[in-house]
Amino acid sequence: MPKVTINGRELEVPAGTNLIEAAETADQEIPHYCYHPGLSVAGNCRMCLVEIKALSEKQSNPLPKLQIGCNTIVQDGMVVESDNERVRDARRSVLEFLLINHPIDCPICDQAGECKLQEYYMDYGRYGSRFALDDKVQKRKVIPVGPAIMLDQERCILCTRCVRFLDEVTETHELTITERGDHSELSLATGASVDNAYSANIVDICPVGALTNRDFRFQARVWYLDSADSVCAGCATGCNIEVHSRRGSIYRLKPRANADVNGYWMCDAGRFTHEDNDAKGRLQTSLIREGGRFIDVEYTVAVRRAAAGLKTAGSVGIVAGAGAALEEAFLAAKIQDLLGGGPRIVSSPAISEVADDGRLVSTDRFPNRRGLKALGYEEATVLGSSVDALLVLRADPAGDDEAWTERLEALHSAVVVSDRVSDTTGFADQVLAIGSHFECDGAFVNRDGRVQRFQAAVPAPGTAVAGWEALAALLAALGGPAYDGHSDVLDSLLADLRDDSLISASATGG
Amino acid sequence: MSEKVLLRFEDISADLTDISQYVADGGYQATRKAICEWSPDDLVAEVKDSGLRGRGGAGFPTGLKWSFVPKDSGKPIYLLCNADESEPGTFKDRVIIERDPHQLLEGIIIASYAIGCHDAFIYIRGEFADGYDIVCKAVADARREGYVGEKLFGTDYSLNVHVHRGAGAYICGEETGLIESLEGKRAYPRIKPPFPAVQGLFGCPTIVNNVETLACVKHVVAKGAAWFKSIGPEGGPGPKLFCLSGHVRKPGVYEAPMGIGLRSLINDYAGGMLEGRTLKAVIPGGSSVPVLRAEETDIAMDFDSVVAAGSMLGSAGVIVMDDSTCMVHALRALSHFYHHESCGQCTPCREGTGWLEHIVSRVDDGEATEDDLARLDSVAGGMLGNTICVLADAAAMPVQSFLSKFRDEFAAHVRDGGCALKGSGNVSGKVPGRAVA
Repeated sequence: MPKVTINGRELEVPAGTNLIEAAETADQEIPHYCYHPGLSVAGNCRMCLVEIKALSEKQSNPLPKLQIGCNTIVQDGMVVESDNERVRDARRSVLEFLLINHPIDCPICDQAGECKLQEYYMDYGRYGSRFALDDKVQKRKVIPVGPAIMLDQERCILCTRCVRFLDEVTETHELTITERGDHSELSLATGASVDNAYSANIVDICPVGALTNRDFRFQARVWYLDSADSVCAGCATGCNIEVHSRRGSIYRLKPRANADVNGYWMCDAGRFTHEDNDAKGRLQTSLIREGGRFIDVEYTVAVRRAAAGLKTAGSVGIVAGAGAALEEAFLAAKIQDLLGGGPRIVSSPAISEVADDGRLVSTDRFPNRRGLKALGYEEATVLGSSVDALLVLRADPAGDDEAWTERLEALHSAVVVSDRVSDTTGFADQVLAIGSHFECDGAFVNRDGRVQRFQAAVPAPGTAVAGWEALAALLAALGGPAYDGHSDVLDSLLADLRDDSLISASATGG
Repeated sequence: MSEKVLLRFEDISADLTDISQYVADGGYQATRKAICEWSPDDLVAEVKDSGLRGRGGAGFPTGLKWSFVPKDSGKPIYLLCNADESEPGTFKDRVIIERDPHQLLEGIIIASYAIGCHDAFIYIRGEFADGYDIVCKAVADARREGYVGEKLFGTDYSLNVHVHRGAGAYICGEETGLIESLEGKRAYPRIKPPFPAVQGLFGCPTIVNNVETLACVKHVVAKGAAWFKSIGPEGGPGPKLFCLSGHVRKPGVYEAPMGIGLRSLINDYAGGMLEGRTLKAVIPGGSSVPVLRAEETDIAMDFDSVVAAGSMLGSAGVIVMDDSTCMVHALRALSHFYHHESCGQCTPCREGTGWLEHIVSRVDDGEATEDDLARLDSVAGGMLGNTICVLADAAAMPVQSFLSKFRDEFAAHVRDGGCALKGSGNVSGKVPGRAVA
């Protein structure tokens, strides 16, 4: 591997690494706007200019001009200075050029707080305007360019990240640069609208406030948002995400880079899965059936009643949705084993109206089918006739298929563990109210067999608890082993899993 | 004055745009000789040996450029003739195209053969409406006569020549901008490396040569490298076209040996200064290069001598300015041009060219402050050398050189609130409007 010296520090990096990435391995930032590791090199912003003191072992003479770090591939013996006065001077110039025609409407800009113009200005600002206000080029603001996205041409620094994303990743080509010089504008191609399945990624990669999410505009100041690392539950791909929330409400989902799963991106369908998290129909509290009516109870009461019901059953079956977390499915299986075993089925359909797109969208709209299968769950829509008790986990068999109605009515005991009211909850003897996947710690196994952990981002509503917590309590109430918190559950289930095709949780960083 | 080569049409009565007259005058003999008697390697060696340096502006050795084409890439090799002549003060290629197009075509055929190209493109400036028709006719005539097409002169060598008309942007003359434009894209210059010789048009090895350069190639073959080398200085010999414009009696294109004196060009070729005027300044190589004061003009016009004098030969567009010229106003015209023509790809050029024009305009209008002058120099400095192509340099260098060489005049504009020369016969009297969207 080539050795490069950056600011006096020798680094060994893989061949083909550029200077921005090389510096990053040593926690040194070379400022940049147009460069993005998931896109081709454009080299237009000129912010990453560095001084090459020696090109390589063989050519040890300094280069006369500053070079852009994004397009400079390390060579053995290369010596680089990315923070000397000449470089800092060039950056000050570039940043000043970027800002002279920028509206500087930071107080009303959604990007404020996560804007690279603001960020770099701290280090490379001139702190004194030299530009006559009358000279500013004015452009159009508030241009809807797609169902999810608003464009402000004035704020745009023309880095072309969005254009390259739409050219290279989605290959849909909706945006382009029109006009030239300081009248250059980011524009929609004639007749186009940015409404492809990945459109909102261009908002993420916009380094400034030119592209904003229409649903997030003016909703929150980003510095008040909390962030939790999570995994998208929108389909079997399991894109790594961050969940941004404030005071218990989720404001937005952002992709989290994972080269093995989603690169830097996520699809729009997944991005907006948080929208019904606060919606009506969420279970606020656990319920028990009392004289033909449901009454609200503490979950411990519901757990006690459920244990009593299941204990007296002949054979307990499990119907689980493929959105159940690994921990939940594991604990349900333990409960069943304790009661003498029985059939476990995954009721969610594996194929949907959405087609696999060869990128990130999976036809399986559920995040954990592989996980459930690894735990012995089988894909089926019916249960054997010997079953007289049912544990329904994040599934709605009655809603999926009316044929279930009769079966559910005839049961000795039906315990439904769910985060929302459904057709099936109507047939339950006890309903254990649990949080959605945004509200629980847990893990999914994605379509490639990768075990990926996610964190609770917001608290569950009302008195609902985490799924693993409710089921651990039920297991304990039945006389099973007691677990010491979520990691204890996860550790023992990972130790239990005997599926060599799975890729371990530690390998994902998820 | 010696025998003209590039401007031979001036010395004879034949119409060289007519292929039969061109052939009757000895035309296409050089091409025949090159293809029938020489190997491509011999040709590259001969052009290298001639010392021919590119006439488009940069002065890169032509034979050396050709030798960068990889021999075993397995891809097609392209020759692009850069006929997008648009540098202010430069109009030499146009004369070749309009008056002696077959001379150019011979150069294209020979160069194509030398580099192993079977599809050559002539990218001609959009505004050259007549030139486009003339060059199209020349190609069609040459094809009909068998100088272009399949199995030339009975050999196995075949060549197609395509003519592509630009749409009117200066940046398309930058060789990688030209390639992008030819590919049907915005003419955003590419980051180099890779250089076009390795990865050019459609990702294939590509040589981009200027019109005059290719015309010279024909004469290197016709008369030999030794003859070419005997003209002018060793470091960049050959016959050369100079474009004289501005306050001279006979503005126009003149052929002279490389290394001719700048004063001689002005006085002997272009008839001297206009009646009663004295020389004030010269931009020797097209609008992009640093200006020279009158007392700096006693120089030889070849690549190295002009660099030694602090400017560049560039495209040999010699813009002559007399004592009636307001240097601030002249700079304003240049700054307006670069503002208008910046492609907008790189931040410093996109934003800086407009800023420069605004400040220069304020100085010209007598509305500037002393701070503005320092700002001009600093803004230009922030652009210089910091962009993908040299358009930013071309915009910044005149600003810095005008400012340093005519500082008093700029300062006077600030102090007096305007120009002392206004209304005194200032030739560039038309004030360019501020660029609009």
